[in-house]
Parts: sequence; structure tokens; C-alpha cells
Amino acid sequence: MSVNKTSIIISREYSERVKKKSFIITTILVPVLMLALSVLPTLIIVFAGGGETKTVAVIDDSGLILQNLTDNEEVRYIAAEGTQEELLSADEIYGLLVIDRNIVKRPSGVKLLTPNASSLAVENNITSQMEKIIETEKLKSYDIDNLDQILDNVKTSVTLQTLRTDENGEEGESQSAAISSAIGTLLNFLLYMFLVLYGSLVMNSIIEEKNNRVLEIVVSSIKPTQLLIGKVIGVGLVAVTQIIIWVAIVLCITTMILPAVMPADIMNEVTALNAGSMDISNSSIDQDMAIALGMFTNVGYVLELVGYLFLFLVGGFLFYASIFAMIGSAVDNIQDASQLQMLGIVPVIIGLVSSMAVIPNPNGLFAIIMSMIPFTSPMVMMARVPFDIPAWQIVVSIVLLYLSIFFMVWIAAKIYRIGIFMYGKKPTVRDLIRWARYK
Amino acid sequence: MILSVEEVSKSFTNHQALDRVSLEVPRGSVYGLLGPNGAGKTTLIRIINHITAPDSGRVFFDGHQLTAADTESIGYLPEERGLYKKMKVGEQALFFARLKGLPKHDAEKRLRGWFEHFGISDWWNKKVNELSKGMAQKIQFIVTVLHEPKLLIFDEPFSGFDPVNAQLLKDEILRLRDLGATIVFSTHNMSSVEEICDRFTLINKSRNILSGSVEEVKRRFALGRYDFTIEGDTTALVPYLIPMVEEHEFSESHNGRTTLSVKLNAGATLRDAITAVNEHSVLLGVAEKLPTMNDIFIQSVTSGSTNQGREQQQ
Repeated sequence: MSVNKTSIIISREYSERVKKKSFIITTILVPVLMLALSVLPTLIIVFAGGGETKTVAVIDDSGLILQNLTDNEEVRYIAAEGTQEELLSADEIYGLLVIDRNIVKRPSGVKLLTPNASSLAVENNITSQMEKIIETEKLKSYDIDNLDQILDNVKTSVTLQTLRTDENGEEGESQSAAISSAIGTLLNFLLYMFLVLYGSLVMNSIIEEKNNRVLEIVVSSIKPTQLLIGKVIGVGLVAVTQIIIWVAIVLCITTMILPAVMPADIMNEVTALNAGSMDISNSSIDQDMAIALGMFTNVGYVLELVGYLFLFLVGGFLFYASIFAMIGSAVDNIQDASQLQMLGIVPVIIGLVSSMAVIPNPNGLFAIIMSMIPFTSPMVMMARVPFDIPAWQIVVSIVLLYLSIFFMVWIAAKIYRIGIFMYGKKPTVRDLIRWARYK
Repeated sequence: MILSVEEVSKSFTNHQALDRVSLEVPRGSVYGLLGPNGAGKTTLIRIINHITAPDSGRVFFDGHQLTAADTESIGYLPEERGLYKKMKVGEQALFFARLKGLPKHDAEKRLRGWFEHFGISDWWNKKVNELSKGMAQKIQFIVTVLHEPKLLIFDEPFSGFDPVNAQLLKDEILRLRDLGATIVFSTHNMSSVEEICDRFTLINKSRNILSGSVEEVKRRFALGRYDFTIEGDTTALVPYLIPMVEEHEFSESHNGRTTLSVKLNAGATLRDAITAVNEHSVLLGVAEKLPTMNDIFIQSVTSGSTNQGREQQQ
């Protein structure tokens, strides 16, 4: 019977929130916004670079540079014809490049005259092309045979591949520290957002009931502890629903849309990498890119991350919701809550900051300790998980977190029971401790 | 007895809210719980509702010691009451009904009945924050009684009600009593006690200082006060009257009749007084003058602990 009553509370808390317009909007909008944010920089570059090709007239007194300048989408080079005034007043000419006769010996002997605003793209194009041309000219002066061939042979690009070894020293999957830390940071912010957001949702819900005086009617039908647990679970389920929808959208994008839009040869390589039939160093695409694509299109890996995220999210939520519930039950209105709310927010922020600190060294002592303390473990552990850390540490961290939840909920229930009937006095932390000690 | 409270005490950090309070509520009665502000009424009501536990003493409900399950047989309208502001009226009422153990279907059927009874069927899909205070009070009342509890507890039900709604509430309380429910309510409104209460308990400074049926307590507090209705001249009567009474007062009414209010001496009897009045004037009638509940309340509360003795006599 009593379980049944808790479920009535859960269903009210859940359905009231899920039906809200704001919930529906954020649930759909946030992934869209995140996607937009990740695509936006590329789009900006594409559109910004899409301006018309600029024509630069060149007066080349050295006679070495102009014939070696190559045109591209941004800049076209032509030999200057006519006077300087004519050239600069012509609309189709962006600028006039004047190159000194002794340019090889004196690389500063070059000027770009333009009536237009300066363009970084054009300047970079000119300097980088000229540097190469001058280097080649200088090398030619040494008079070496087969110079082009030698240069081709000398040219090297180092691609570092980090492989995780297991206990037997066998090589495992390839990984990239850059991508792991990016994922860790992302998961962390997600956790931070959920803990603080949904934690305060529990708090506000308690304050609202107390403020509305609806509470006394409710507690005449159900025990305060049941009400508290129902509330926390109800709000928690809302968070889980939101996460599931987001994960579904992300999975949808990565496993279906990404392979569809990526060129087939790249995806073939990625599939081969995932299957282990191809070594990453033979990959034709950028290594980090290949690993990232491999990770995101590897459903097993994504699910593993989501699994941990789920465990730490739920655990962290229950832990912090208890803290926020204590605060909510102690105060009469949201204004009074702001000060005590720090009790909940500060540890989350400490967790967030420490997780940033552990990313460069995910297996350090600090990282291990912070990922065991329940106050910070959800954030810090989530930052470490993408780095492939020892499994026992994850297990211990989860067990500690879940054990401490029982303790926190127990204290929260004690404070809640007393606090909900206290009106008119702004309680201090000392009051909370006193209430928790009541029989 | 549907409810017995035995020697219940409860104290908080700084003060004692209840000190060995006992009371018995007979089944099918309307029972008033009276007392000045801060006397401990709400604490007692919370204990009866199984919201807080007493430090010592026991509460029996329907023959057994009160358990959490009994809350399904109790309907409670707290003094400070509210509703979820953003929830629709119908859904909200269903929520509370289900918390009281009613199956969803059953609850909905009953709710529709009550909404019709109050003529508010079109409120079902309104949000609570669209309702006026009086409207919200009706919903709260429905929520309180919907599960047809054996025992109904109203804490200050008339506070904040306009006269129309207060009358409606009184009528409903009496109707529910006739249907077999027992009603306990706390109030400061003494006239409502006289109107609808059968029995009451007066709590002052954490103690039960006076309990009993309204009629019986009034008679106990009457203490030799009578009203004589006399016709004609009364001057001849006065010398005979003086030795028998502590106080007397004539008030002439316009139809030629006079009401003589007296308080008899300790030694004098009603029979002596009637004989005297009858012999020296034209006596039309005599009635015992009962004190109002208001008089009793003020007298008991201000005279303090002396009433404790009186209660034990009884």
C-alpha cells in the first residue's frame, strides 16, 4: 500500500514536469543547439571564405616571384599593367604587390598597397607562397643534383599512435588523449548541469509545497519520508527521460546520419579501424578525426559511456537531490534558499573544477582520490572514464557513491520531517544539524 | 467511541504543546476542539492525523491504536491549506483521492458527483491559479470528504470563508454527520459551536481544561441564573426579591412585559423565587438562563486552572 502511495507521488511529479512546455522545448532544442554549435564554426568558415576571388596586381622587379605564384579560390595574381594610380583606382584590382629586386637577399623588400581593408587570408597567401619560392631559390643556389627528389625523400610527417596495453602487455585499442579529454569535458558539463538543475528542481518543488501550504494535506495521507522519496524519484525519472531522448538523438546522428553523410572511403576506413582489420597509421585521413569517427560510430563504445554516465548521473542526482531536499525543507521561500543552496552547488563546482584538473593526468593520486569521494566522484569519474582507467576503480567509486546515497537520503528525510513544519524562521546550518539529530 | 486520546503529551524544543490531554469522541457526533491561539489544538490534530507522533500517551481509532493505514479513514482539512497552483482542478482532486487509497475510476466517479453537487462541473479542466479563494475552498472541502472517511477533522474550517460558504460548510458538516461520519473541528467561532457541536473540549495552555456535551456544560455554568417574564407592575416585588438574589435586573419590553434576570443566592432555591415572584406580580414564565459558549470560553480561559478541579468533579 505504502509503495503504491509513493508511486502516486512519483507519477504526479513526473507527469506534471514532462507535460510542461518548457520540458518539451528544452528536450528537443538542446541537442539541436548543440549540433548547431558544433557545426557553426565550419559553416562560418565556409561562408566567410566564399567571397569573390581577389585580384592582386604584381610589380615583380626581381623577376623570380610572379611566375611561381599560383592562383587559388581566394587570390589571383596578374602582372601589373599601367600606372600605380590607375591600378589602385580600378575596381577589379584588390591591391598592388610591389616586390623588390633583391627580394631573395632582403625578404622584407615587399609591399602590398591597397585602398581596401586588409585581409588576413590574402596576406597569409602572399607570405606563405613567397617564403616557399624564396626558399627554393636559395636552395637552387647550392647547386645540388636531384634536389626535388631529395626534398621529397626528406619530407616527414610524424603521426603518434598511443596504444593502451592490458595486463598481459598486449596492445589494445588505439586511443587519443585529445578526444578522450573532449568527451570527458562534455560528460562533465552534462553532469554538472543535471545535478544542479534537477537538484534545485527537487528543492523548489519542496519549497513550493511548503509555501503553498498544500504540504499538510499531502502529509495527512502519506509519510513525509515517502513523499520525499517519491519526489526525488519522480524528478530523477524526468532527468533520465531527458537523457534518454538526448542519447537517442545523438546515437541516431552518429550511427545513421554520420555514415550516410561522410564520404564512403572514409567510412570504410573507419569501419576497418573499428573492426581492427586496419592499423591507424595506414589511415589516409587525419588520425584524431579517424579515432573520433571510430569512437562515435562504434555503438558498443558509445553505449559503454552512456552506461557509466547513467550510473553516475543517477547516483549523483540521488546524492545531491538529498542535499537540495534538506535545504528546501528548511526554508520558506526561494529567497531564503539562495544562501543555503551553496551547500549543494559548491561541492558540484569543486567536482567540476577537479575533473578539469585530472584530465591532463587521469591516473594521478589526486584523480583517484577525488573520484572516490561521493561529493565529487560523479564528475571526476566521468572525466576519467573515457581514458580507459582500471575497472576496479570505477566499481569502488560507484559502490561508495550508492552506499552514501542511503545515508544522505536518511539524513534528508530526518531534516525534511522536521523542516516542513517550520515556518517563519530562516534556519542556519546548525539548525539543520540539530534537526537531523532528533529522534 | 470512534476516537480516544489518552494522556497525550508532546513537547518541542522550547515549550510543551500538549500536557497529558485526554478526550473521547463518540461516533456520529460533531465535536468541537476549542481553545485560544497557541493552546495546542493544531498539534493535537496533527497527532490524530498521524502526521506527528506524541511523546507519550496513546490514540485509539475505531477501537484500535492509531496506525498509518487509518489515515485512509480520516479526512483532514488543515487550517493552512493550499493546492498545487499549476495543476488542473480535476487532476489534482484525483491525485489527493488516490493518495487516500481510492482507486482511480472510483475516485473520478465520486468527484464528478461532488462537482455536480456544488455546481462546479465546468471547473474540472481549470488550473487552480485561475480559481478564486472561495472556489479553491470548495475544492479543498471536496478533497477532504471524497473518500467518505469515518472521521473528519477540520482545523479552523470557518476562517477565511465568506458567510455564504461558511453556511454551506455548516450544512455539509451536518449532512455528513447524518450520513454517519464523525466530525471534529477546531474553531474560535463560538456561535458555530452552539449551532452544530454536540460535544467539545476546551484546551488552554496545553491542557484539557473542560470537556463535555454543550448542553450539559452550559447548564453547569448557568449557576442559578434565571429569566422571569412578568406582566404589569413590578415595584411591589423588589423587597421580597432582594434577600434571595445576588444580582437582579429589570428590562422592560415595549409590549408591557418585563424580563427580570436574576442570579440566585447560594441558599435560595428556584422554588422560593418562583413563589415570591408569583405572589407579588403576574408571572407569565420562567426560564433558566444558559450562558453562551463565548461566556464559558472566556470565563474558563481567564480563570485558569480552577476549572481543572471542576472537570474532575464531573
